[in-house]
Amino acid sequence: MTDQSERPAPGDATLPVGITKVIRPYGDTTGDGMVQISFTLPIPHDRRAEGAAAQLAAKMGMDPALVVHAKAMGPDFTFFVVYGRVNHLVDLSKVQVAERAYPLLTAKDINALIKQRLRRKLTVVGACIGTDAHTVGIDAILNIKGFAGEKGLEYYRELRVVNLGAQVPVPALVERVRSERADAVLVSQVVTQRDAHLHNTREMSAAFREAYPADRRPLLVVGGPRFDEAAASDLGVDRIFGKGTTPGDVASYLVHALVTDRAAA
Amino acid sequence: MTRSNARASRTAASAGGAGKLRLDPATVRRARALAKKAGRPIVKLARTHTTVSVERAVLRLAGLSGADVEGIPWVNRLVDAVHDDVGVEHGVALPVWDALLTGGLDLTTLAQKSAADSVSFRIPAGRDATRAAAAARKAVARGMATIDRRRAERERLVAKLGDPKQRPWIYLIVATGDIYEDIPQARAAAREGADVIAVIRSTGQSLLDFVPEGATHEGYAGTYATQENFRLMRAALDDVSKELGRYVRLTNYASGLCMPEIAALAGLERLDMMLNDSMYGILFRDINPIRTFVDQRFARQIHARAGIIINTGEDNYLTTADAVEAAHTVTVSQLLNEYFAKEAGLPDAQLGLGHAFEINPDLPESFRLELAHALLARELFPAAPLKWMPPTRHMTGDVFRGHLLDGFFNLAGALTGQGILLVGMMTEAVVTPWLSDRDLALQNVRYVLNAAGNLHEDFRPAPDGFIVRRAAQVLDEAVDLLERIVDDTLLEAIADGTFGLMRRPATAGKGYEGVVAHAPGYYNPATELLEASQG
Repeated sequence: MTDQSERPAPGDATLPVGITKVIRPYGDTTGDGMVQISFTLPIPHDRRAEGAAAQLAAKMGMDPALVVHAKAMGPDFTFFVVYGRVNHLVDLSKVQVAERAYPLLTAKDINALIKQRLRRKLTVVGACIGTDAHTVGIDAILNIKGFAGEKGLEYYRELRVVNLGAQVPVPALVERVRSERADAVLVSQVVTQRDAHLHNTREMSAAFREAYPADRRPLLVVGGPRFDEAAASDLGVDRIFGKGTTPGDVASYLVHALVTDRAAA
Repeated sequence: MTRSNARASRTAASAGGAGKLRLDPATVRRARALAKKAGRPIVKLARTHTTVSVERAVLRLAGLSGADVEGIPWVNRLVDAVHDDVGVEHGVALPVWDALLTGGLDLTTLAQKSAADSVSFRIPAGRDATRAAAAARKAVARGMATIDRRRAERERLVAKLGDPKQRPWIYLIVATGDIYEDIPQARAAAREGADVIAVIRSTGQSLLDFVPEGATHEGYAGTYATQENFRLMRAALDDVSKELGRYVRLTNYASGLCMPEIAALAGLERLDMMLNDSMYGILFRDINPIRTFVDQRFARQIHARAGIIINTGEDNYLTTADAVEAAHTVTVSQLLNEYFAKEAGLPDAQLGLGHAFEINPDLPESFRLELAHALLARELFPAAPLKWMPPTRHMTGDVFRGHLLDGFFNLAGALTGQGILLVGMMTEAVVTPWLSDRDLALQNVRYVLNAAGNLHEDFRPAPDGFIVRRAAQVLDEAVDLLERIVDDTLLEAIADGTFGLMRRPATAGKGYEGVVAHAPGYYNPATELLEASQG
């Protein structure tokens, strides 16, 4: 991804580099626009079903669309794999991403910054709130074992980590954060049925706003695979981390928000 | 079995057959002896304590069901009322049946009156106590008779319709939140080849201190375990079993704060397997350790009576700790689960000990390590229907790579003779499985079992090769850990974060307030009947 965005766009070499970068999907030839999709239609498998799949692919902008595989799944459903060319173009100049507004630091730098500037350990309380029992996310970030080859926050000598685990009621979380005098609260939300992750996050941020004066409130961070990283202010938290976040991302952010940025202000 | 047969099979077990790994019999004996030593004080604790959920299960076995207008079950109302009046340290049977006999009431009416605070309880003495105990025993015996009938029903259906033709049995999960959506999905899954249907519970049910009532339509990432939902799903699977000509088994979860009650309901409604781990609730749900062990022993006694296969949760250790470094914690937990299960009367055939395919696929020789670990479980517990759990931790969202990983998982299951195979989904960690995900996953299983289902016959790891050495190493590490646990006591080990890195002190955690030490004269007719049947 990064490679492509930094090079002149393949497939549209005629466009002036640096003004518009337009690309299309790549099958085996630059500019061929080939994609592959799979889906299920709620109809029995017959010739009409294959026609229906081709029609859907055409409406999705695939032309020509090749229905390469169709298989009955029981009497009422058919599964399809379709390969084809899409006519859409991607304008890289209009792609929006939440840029990381802080430097990614090593564990050594993070420990050093906390030690020099904060002169005490930085306390982090983590939990899965509400009915969410999926501690995979919070454990990946907090447990010393970590995630994706990076050690978790417990590994950082200058971080004090209190992992409350699963299904922590919001009032209990607020109480514990207060008694631990925590600098930051990390909440993980995996279950998204009926938008539970959004409701729980709003409830949590409201509870902290109620419990603390604005300038004393701990940093509120939520994470989970289905969050929109841009929705932090809407949910009343300081930062949202989405899928693929590593402990290093979180630790760097904590130091940025609580140590380096705060010291500068 | 004749004596010479028994000797022959013992010899076979030590030489060939179960002996692909040539495990040192002395080390295996040592591991079991240590597990027993670690578990014995816990059993003693379980025998001398009761919990509000154990007492509620007694009332459920005696036929009390239903809930008040607020949805609070009558068993909760009645146990709470007894608790407030005289405490539950004598058990609820004596005060409840004393009140029933004195007032000439039935259980539901008594529960209603107790909720309105218009009845008071006492601990009967002398002849009153004898009469109350006899009446309680008679009422609970009716529940036991129902459980016995359900078990006989299962045995009849299995004899008539048959078990799955292949091992491992194919285990699929259904979870929509709405029992009426689950039913067609479960039927479809059975028709596509599932031998076991598990209805995942709503997230959060494990921490409810009551069992919801009736058919339910709303759940989070799962469907509530209720008696009515159990009944509806079992009836639907009975229909599809007849259609398919094989008995399709139903699984639910006897875990969390209501473990004993859910076990009783499972027995009453002929569920076939129940998730029931000795330490899962403690470590992963922060349920009080003593509450868990007391509830668990009672639940397992019910499962034993009901012919329900328990599934233990060792896979969970590997989702939080590294699957290579923590491999021996799985073995330790399996040994403890085995000890607790057997003490509660469960035979080997009902021990679905768990383990999982969770080693980082980027690690060199990861598949050989998986085979070593899976074969170790197989040979340590040769008569148990082991439950083999698919990769979750290293499923990244790359569904193509995930599908390949699931194929290797299936192959490891076939090569090492696993009993129950939970079908892995390539969309693990992405979405709750789609119809097509399930179909592709089942094709994957079928391909592997069809192509290599009997490969275990030819699979002989080289003596002193990588797999044999790795299995021996894990077993040695398990023995070391068990030695430390025995020195420290199991409760202390749990408090110190020995398992899954979580520290769980014996006097903390959810549900501790519902744990009570027996008073002299404690009476529980269900335990009496269950232990009499164990002999």
